[in-house]
Amino acid sequence: MSENVKIAQLSCGTEYSGIQPEIEAAAKQVNAEMVFADVDYDDIARIEKDFGLEVASPDLKLLMARAKSIVDGKTDVDAVFVATCFRCAEAALARSEVRRYIYEKTSLPVISYSFTERTTSGTLLTRMEALTTMARRKSLLARERQTGLTAGIDSGSTTTKCVIMKDNEVIGTGWVPTTKVLDSADEAFNTALESAGIKQSELDALGTTGYGRFLIGDKLGADLVQEEVTVNSKGAVFLADKQKGDATVIDIGGMDNKAISVHDGIPGMFTLGGICAGASGRFLEITARRLGVEITKLGDLALKGNSKNIEMNSYCIVFGIQSLVNSLSTGAKPEDVAAAACYSVAEQVFEQQLQEVEVKEPVIMVGGSSLIAGLPKALEDLLHVEVHIPKYSQFIGAVGSALLVSGLVDTSKK
Amino acid sequence: MSKILIYPTNSLVLADLVDRFGHEPLTIPQEIRKKVTSVGLDSPPLNITPEDPKIGLKYAAVEVPSGVRGRMSLIGPLLEKADAAVVVNDPEATFGCMGCARTNELVNFLIRAKKIPMLELPYPTNEDDARDFVYKIAEFLQSSEVLKHE
Repeated sequence: MSENVKIAQLSCGTEYSGIQPEIEAAAKQVNAEMVFADVDYDDIARIEKDFGLEVASPDLKLLMARAKSIVDGKTDVDAVFVATCFRCAEAALARSEVRRYIYEKTSLPVISYSFTERTTSGTLLTRMEALTTMARRKSLLARERQTGLTAGIDSGSTTTKCVIMKDNEVIGTGWVPTTKVLDSADEAFNTALESAGIKQSELDALGTTGYGRFLIGDKLGADLVQEEVTVNSKGAVFLADKQKGDATVIDIGGMDNKAISVHDGIPGMFTLGGICAGASGRFLEITARRLGVEITKLGDLALKGNSKNIEMNSYCIVFGIQSLVNSLSTGAKPEDVAAAACYSVAEQVFEQQLQEVEVKEPVIMVGGSSLIAGLPKALEDLLHVEVHIPKYSQFIGAVGSALLVSGLVDTSKK
Repeated sequence: MSKILIYPTNSLVLADLVDRFGHEPLTIPQEIRKKVTSVGLDSPPLNITPEDPKIGLKYAAVEVPSGVRGRMSLIGPLLEKADAAVVVNDPEATFGCMGCARTNELVNFLIRAKKIPMLELPYPTNEDDARDFVYKIAEFLQSSEVLKHE
């Protein structure tokens, strides 16, 4: 059993929303415990002055007072979880500022989340897993080189990827659409082994990540089963050779998006989006299908177009696509439609996720969608910074897994 | 005996005052402790489930935060039973507290919209104001507009 981690809960509304048991269940699954900083009423009474943010809701004052207790070292915790009700503007302000406050004043990993009564422990599990990994495995996360012969399998919602790495180099890859999780993993794994010219028995270790990580890890006897936030951030800074200092990793996936602030290769703040398909790679897949082009060609097409020539009334995967279809019916150019689709996805990620992390250069974009050239271009236009796409960016989770699991091999050998 | 909604609904002081004047206080009982160790200032000793915010949809639309609707699933039925209400604005948390300012706004509006006798008072900050505070509540609870519901 892994080491118990104490996560400070800074929240408003979780109990009356009926989701407190869900938060505690998600924490329990990763052997963590939610704790509440002990504060006096006097601390709450003066917190607006101390913290500098005036709020009307007493529970937000309590949230801020608890944050100060952690920063002042009066409460001993390993990580911080900040959560408030979705659609509460006052709470969104407090949540954002408290997250930034914890990030700047402590070395604790911190994540924030806005919930509804529909939030389940399953929704929170990946976030809790990433949070506890950052708290529990700092030495593993500090790893900068891959050693030995290791494999990583990333079972994504759309595609399953596998890489074989040897002595800090990728020597084999496999990439197949995800159908049946185990079958797709087998196919990607075998393709990668074949392209590397090695047998499975020769591997020192195997790591798995992505949605199917537990199932695949169980079947193949993986040495490391790890969520995507950790492995993607490690893989990104490794492949982009940006392991020192700050970096921001962005991964627009088939079902959810990740935006991660990284410092010295270790993830700090991160957000996981997953509510709206309009902000996902799926939106681009449907656009490509409607335009009659391969998804791999959509990006180049978008680079030739101008998104401003298309009027999109919605980000929605149904109504947004409808806008694109309507444009085509009135004579719009396919390249403009492709550019508008890329801009729409990038704009949503920019508005909804990149406000939640500190965007510091270099910005590294990874995942299959990073190869749709129009998408990083749209992000560059929105962020006004250069967006780096490292080699093997579509294999990011698999590379991160292979890199991290090699650290476990070294440890066991020593 | 009239049914008096008190707000904050967990104020032991208000509940006691209403009781002393022979009425039934409509409250969410809670023990307020010196140290805050529970999730929120008004954390209920109740098993709130994700179904409760859905019950709260009777009082607030789906775009209203789930924490408000969860509270309304408890306060709403109290409000429906109420013959009159005593509301204390901006109290200290130790006096009684609903944790959420949006819930406070909605409950105060719904009490006014119900057009039942309502006494709104600021939280007293000195001894003279405190005496006046108790006197006004006593006067209200003995007034004909409240007693007519008996």
